[in-house]
Amino acid sequence: MAVKLYGWSRSPFVSRALLCLEEAGVDYELVPMNKEAGDHRRPDHIARNPFGQVPVLEDGDLTVFESRAIGKHVLRKYKPELLGAGSLEDTAMVEMWLEVEAHQHHPAAGAIAHECIAAPALLGRMPNQAIIDENVEKLKKVLEVYETRLSKCRYLAGDFLSLADLSHFTVMHYFMATEYAALVEAHPHVKAWWEELAARPAAKKVAGFLTIGSGVTTEK
Amino acid sequence: MAPLKLYGMPLSPNVVRVATVLNEKGLDFEIIPVDLTTGAHKQPDFLALNPFGQIPALVDGDEVLYESRAINRYIATKYASSGAALLPATPSAKLEVWLEVESHHFYPNASPLVFQLVFRPLFGGAPDPVVVDKHAHELAKVLDVYEAHLAQNKYLAGDQFTLADANHASYLLYLTKTPKAGLVNDRPHVKAWWEDIAARPAFQKTAAALPLPPPPSA
Repeated sequence: MAVKLYGWSRSPFVSRALLCLEEAGVDYELVPMNKEAGDHRRPDHIARNPFGQVPVLEDGDLTVFESRAIGKHVLRKYKPELLGAGSLEDTAMVEMWLEVEAHQHHPAAGAIAHECIAAPALLGRMPNQAIIDENVEKLKKVLEVYETRLSKCRYLAGDFLSLADLSHFTVMHYFMATEYAALVEAHPHVKAWWEELAARPAAKKVAGFLTIGSGVTTEK
Repeated sequence: MAPLKLYGMPLSPNVVRVATVLNEKGLDFEIIPVDLTTGAHKQPDFLALNPFGQIPALVDGDEVLYESRAINRYIATKYASSGAALLPATPSAKLEVWLEVESHHFYPNASPLVFQLVFRPLFGGAPDPVVVDKHAHELAKVLDVYEAHLAQNKYLAGDQFTLADANHASYLLYLTKTPKAGLVNDRPHVKAWWEDIAARPAFQKTAAALPLPPPPSA
């Protein structure tokens, strides 16, 4: 039985899960939901995710929510090498850099992408420059650390690709469409790491779903 | 075995998050002070441990880790056979979900509340009522979900105490010392869950070690 993923694929959170499914080569069905119609607030969805958010994964009788938890579940089952499985140290590095993605990278890069792209396209308002400026300063410091790290290792957790790298892709795809992409391009190793991630077949496929601000509306 | 070294301020809830798990595992550790008030976290010797300049960091022999949740996962995995079992023998998607729920629903609201209500007064400031009201309102909605969940589950991941519960302990401890303790105490299953955590001998050891000032006299 195919795994089901519920949500709207233009969401970087839904697509984070989609990227993991694609990388794992899992047979899945995307069940499209309509954000504008409030599908996520209906009782049937609340029964799947009491926080009323997307994505949600159904795998047999398991229901999983939170995109990084979905990623871990899928990869642990189908591609454990992407979690550093088999080595305590590798696994620890994957977990640590996944926390860095969630708590250092995402708040800053995600806020900039939200203001520049989502605010005009989805909320019908101008970007808040004060929020952008504050987060640009934070992201600059974060990217300096990434540059140092990626000068020493090919990927964030070490010399192997992992969920820690993949987890960045969808928010970064949106971020790199803003004028602030220059912040990444200023760091040669971060730039090279980003380009390699984006060149992966799974990433290219998922990039096609990330349509906020492109003027393309997808039913998915 | 040399004691593990936990770098940070002993009162910091993210440091206490790690101390909680170290004590659950019965591990020997020392807290090496990193004084945020003097900017010690931005000095080269600390940045060598955590280039993001945040506490805690953990040194275990040659292993250096930062991000409290990653540290806790590492300790629970490496020392699986020591002390309380915090991770199930077979991987649990439900555990992964509730670890993320702590990180992305509970913490983003509990942390500013604890900062405003506990730490600002400790450093001579006053809580910002706008920030307090906003996060109390959000945390109430989050804890309503916990209430329903804990009505069906003894602990977050099911029948057993796990890392998901342990990761909440430090912020629950602080929150229940503030005027917003009702967020926990007014929800019967959340309250019972917190009291169960608080009664664990390892957590009592963690709480007793906190250099908290005595409560103001009535």
